[in-house]
Amino acid sequence: MGTEVLKDPFVPEIYRVESVRRELADAVTLELAPVSGKRPDFRPGQFNMLYAFGVGEVAISMSVSAHEGPGFVHTVRNAGAVSGALARLEPGSTLGVRGPFGTGWPVAEAEGRDVLIVAGGLGLAPLRPAIQEVLAHRERFGRVTILVGCRSPSEILYQHDLEQWKQRLDVNVEVTVDHAGTDWHGNVGFVTTLIPRSPFDPANVVAMVCGPEVMMRFAATGLQKGGVPASSIYLSMERNMKCAIGLCGHCQFGPAFICKDGPVLPLDRIAGLLTVQEV
Amino acid sequence: METMEQILGQQAFFADFPAAFVKLIAGCARNHHFKAGEYLIREGDPADRFYLVRQGRVALEITAPARAPIIATTLGEGEIVGVSWLIPPYRAEFDARAMEPVRAIGMNATCLRGKCEADHHLGYEMMKRFLPVMVKRLHATRLQILDVYGQR
Repeated sequence: MGTEVLKDPFVPEIYRVESVRRELADAVTLELAPVSGKRPDFRPGQFNMLYAFGVGEVAISMSVSAHEGPGFVHTVRNAGAVSGALARLEPGSTLGVRGPFGTGWPVAEAEGRDVLIVAGGLGLAPLRPAIQEVLAHRERFGRVTILVGCRSPSEILYQHDLEQWKQRLDVNVEVTVDHAGTDWHGNVGFVTTLIPRSPFDPANVVAMVCGPEVMMRFAATGLQKGGVPASSIYLSMERNMKCAIGLCGHCQFGPAFICKDGPVLPLDRIAGLLTVQEV
Repeated sequence: METMEQILGQQAFFADFPAAFVKLIAGCARNHHFKAGEYLIREGDPADRFYLVRQGRVALEITAPARAPIIATTLGEGEIVGVSWLIPPYRAEFDARAMEPVRAIGMNATCLRGKCEADHHLGYEMMKRFLPVMVKRLHATRLQILDVYGQR
């Protein structure tokens, strides 16, 4: 699957907000359609630069697979001026979109192997396109396990999707929360505690991990303790991105630029940097 | 019908446990069944038993005055419920509630402590299995209280 080459990667295309869905108290999902032309193709794990006019740009991963619809779908948390402006957009309003950029999840490389998805908080958003593609071609993969962690039951993202995935007999889905009362009937504990309980062959699994960096670090440690080689563990890294094409250096992470070499990177390429402060 | 010795020997928790020790501790063990909502352990009670879960899920809960109980963690198949039997004054520090029907091996802690005192090699083998459990839980709790999913 290729990525369409933009004529000028700095010029945004205009997209219209088709729908807004409130996911959490501070997060919405925007469904976008191009005002003219066609949406470019993209891979799970890639991101767009979304431009709230007059406010600024921010990098947001696609949260629905390219095969699920004709537009872009992005889940945005109101975490600052730009993301806040995006989260307040209403159906019919417009915004600028540059992209798609970056590397994707190794979905094709995972064929014939077990797949382990580990998501923390809003980290499920960039992973959902990968999950959708794996499930769309379920027969091509070994055992599929989806582990999701979040703060509390009221902050579980994409509950509808999780329920649908749980109903399938060919997917193992486990959700855990950090804090819960006795009315919660699911798991309580950090998401890493689910890893040793999960059915996968450490020698033949591809693990895709996304969430807060500290969560990814400990998930990677847990996976390695379980025998998964670093080359089979992929993390989606987040840094402040500006140009999105590896020119400006804002998102430099050691020798890599997260916008161009990432955001999805194999652990063996970045393991030494994860514990270095200020990188 | 399987003997307790055989059942214990099949548990991952007792992997590589010397066969002679499995035989020794089997006398302290018996099978238990709990209905959903039943308590395996109550906070403050003598820690005279711990459980190895064979099936089902257990919530470790903390109660506080004028507040609904809070679930600190949940434990499932192959996991240990109850570590206070190792530490004086041997009193349970959490409630452990069956969230669904639970099958578990219950170990009589008084019996086991006596055997560990009498045979320190056995005590060391037990400690080698319990210490990682406690360290993993401490570590997981630290990550929980970090509240990593919150906005910075």
